[in-house]
Amino acid sequence: MSENLIEIRGLKKNFGDLAVLKGIDMNIRKGQIVALIGASGSGKSTLLRTINQLEEATAGEIWFDGQLVNQDLPHRAREKHLNQLRREIGMVFQHFNLFPHLTAIENVTLAPTMLKLQNKSDALTSGKALLDKVGLADRIDHYPSQLSGGQKQRVAIARSLAMSPQVMLFDEVTSALDPELVGEVNRVMKQLAQEHMTMIIVTHDLRFAEDVSDHVVFLADGLVVEEGPPAQIFADPKHELTQSFLKQVF
Amino acid sequence: MGLDFSILPEYSDYFLTGTLWTLALTALSMFFSISGGILFAVLQLNRHAIIRWPTSFIAWLFMGTPLLLQLFLVYFGLVQIGIDLNAFVAGVIALSLHFAVYNSDIIRSAIVAVDSGQVEAARSLGLSNFQALRKIIVPQAVANVTPALGNMMIALLKESALVSVIGVMELTLSAQRAISDSFRPFEFYIAAAAIYYIINLGLEQAVHFAERRTARYR
Amino acid sequence: MDIQLIAKVWPFFAEAAVVTVEISVLAILLGLSIGFAAGLGSLSHNKLIRLPVRFYVSFFRGTPALIQLFLLYFGGPQVGIQLDPFEAGVIGLGVNIGAYMSESIRGAIISVDKGQTEAGRCLGLGHAQVMRKIIIPQAARLMVRPLGVNAIALIKGSAIVSTISLVELSYTAHRFISSTYKPFEMFILASVFYLLIVTVFSYGVRKVDQRVAMD
Repeated sequence: MSENLIEIRGLKKNFGDLAVLKGIDMNIRKGQIVALIGASGSGKSTLLRTINQLEEATAGEIWFDGQLVNQDLPHRAREKHLNQLRREIGMVFQHFNLFPHLTAIENVTLAPTMLKLQNKSDALTSGKALLDKVGLADRIDHYPSQLSGGQKQRVAIARSLAMSPQVMLFDEVTSALDPELVGEVNRVMKQLAQEHMTMIIVTHDLRFAEDVSDHVVFLADGLVVEEGPPAQIFADPKHELTQSFLKQVF
Repeated sequence: MGLDFSILPEYSDYFLTGTLWTLALTALSMFFSISGGILFAVLQLNRHAIIRWPTSFIAWLFMGTPLLLQLFLVYFGLVQIGIDLNAFVAGVIALSLHFAVYNSDIIRSAIVAVDSGQVEAARSLGLSNFQALRKIIVPQAVANVTPALGNMMIALLKESALVSVIGVMELTLSAQRAISDSFRPFEFYIAAAAIYYIINLGLEQAVHFAERRTARYR
Repeated sequence: MDIQLIAKVWPFFAEAAVVTVEISVLAILLGLSIGFAAGLGSLSHNKLIRLPVRFYVSFFRGTPALIQLFLLYFGGPQVGIQLDPFEAGVIGLGVNIGAYMSESIRGAIISVDKGQTEAGRCLGLGHAQVMRKIIIPQAARLMVRPLGVNAIALIKGSAIVSTISLVELSYTAHRFISSTYKPFEMFILASVFYLLIVTVFSYGVRKVDQRVAMD
């Protein structure tokens, strides 16, 4: 068994009086593909956003590659610490969040060049390769407004990959897409899975979760109710909450 | 010369009467500028170009020139044609005209912005045109105009300081009178500014209240 | 309408119009610089920056520009600030419009979708980098129009500097009204110049707006 890349201990998150995460424990190994499933409001997106501290944790610990993510540091030091960590943690959003004033290739090369990880020409070369990889070699100079939803999402994936992250977080990345565009994005994720990229996928698309993941975590009401290999979770769920959730959705 | 704010209470009468005149000036001009704004808006939405065109011209003229200039026109212009209005009335007229033009712009776009489907729905229920206007269009339009109109009225309060130039004894001119007696411009202008600021805060609260009251119609 | 009189005095108005343009342009430039700094400052995470900036904006938007100008010009010497009418006009108008411009700029920045900041931060970019490369370029398009409105309000508002004896358009109109008793003619004459300046300026703003909307 390989080492844990991410360890989450007793993670809690409140929004005001509302407790969204009520004590989550989770391990994610290198190369593991984890699907986070659960009803709307179960806390799965919040959990994902807490891993890279888009949401500050209320209590508990998040460890990434041997470093404590949610350290209590003075503002400047904390910013620096998070900027370093976030380079290693790629994130893809439901609404793409592509930079509309930049072309596809500029979206992809912006961060690596600004952070001086690559010079301009190297960034351009690898950026083109990434856009080619997601099937958009002919769209590199297009602005986001000129792309379809599926194409936008594939650019967003390429943009994250350009940082060579150790893990990719996917936050309902096909939820905002027209049904006929879902497949092209899922294919890219599948390909990443085959290359053993560590991935955490929040999704409502259970068939895709079953298909792509090697570990499924079912969340309900801010807690991990059940987890295990997809075959077991989907075919033979142990917990009654999981059973009723799957019955409703499938 | 150092600053000495302790002198201010001696002149509290100046501030009191000045504040009252500023409030009166602002309140009257608000009333007339809103009524005038509605009238102007209706005229500018008229079917006949002969009515629309002159009102649009006046609107363009008044929106493109300074209030101060309009104040001179009203005050000295009326004197020239033999109507010797006192400065306060001239001030109210100028402020009302100036802001009526801006208000009409806001009101007109609010009326236009009410979905035409609303009228159709009302008419299909058997309401007359007038009933539809009164019960359907106006409440929605009022909600639409409240924030922008409120900002305009807050601007009016501050612009009312300009009528000191034609000799209305409102807050600004009162401060000036007190200064010519005390030779302490800094203290007195700060005090006048503070009073304007407080009235302004009150007005902002009133506008927020009106916005909340009308927001449910949106 | 006394056409002969208009023909005789219009060169004085033309000369005064140049002063109105000069003072407006300088005040707009000052206002833009202050507005940018204050707009960003009002969004700072640091209270020591944010609170004074918010106070500045609130005070200058909450009190009459005329009072601010008098405070600077007549009250300034009491605290060691001696300015001639032109300097006081530029600074007074500029500091006043800067408060309004900062609100236009702040409004444009906060209306850029929050997801843009999140995406930038997720790539490991810092707050300042995200601002510079992602937020400001997008906000720039949104701020042209409101800043244009501020600037045009300033051109008209610049009339108040006539009250501190600066010989610009409104001062000239007032002077000729007093000496000729022809308020209507003088109003028309001054209006023509104001409308000309405002129209040219609005055209410029529209052009800039189209430019930024295109790229």
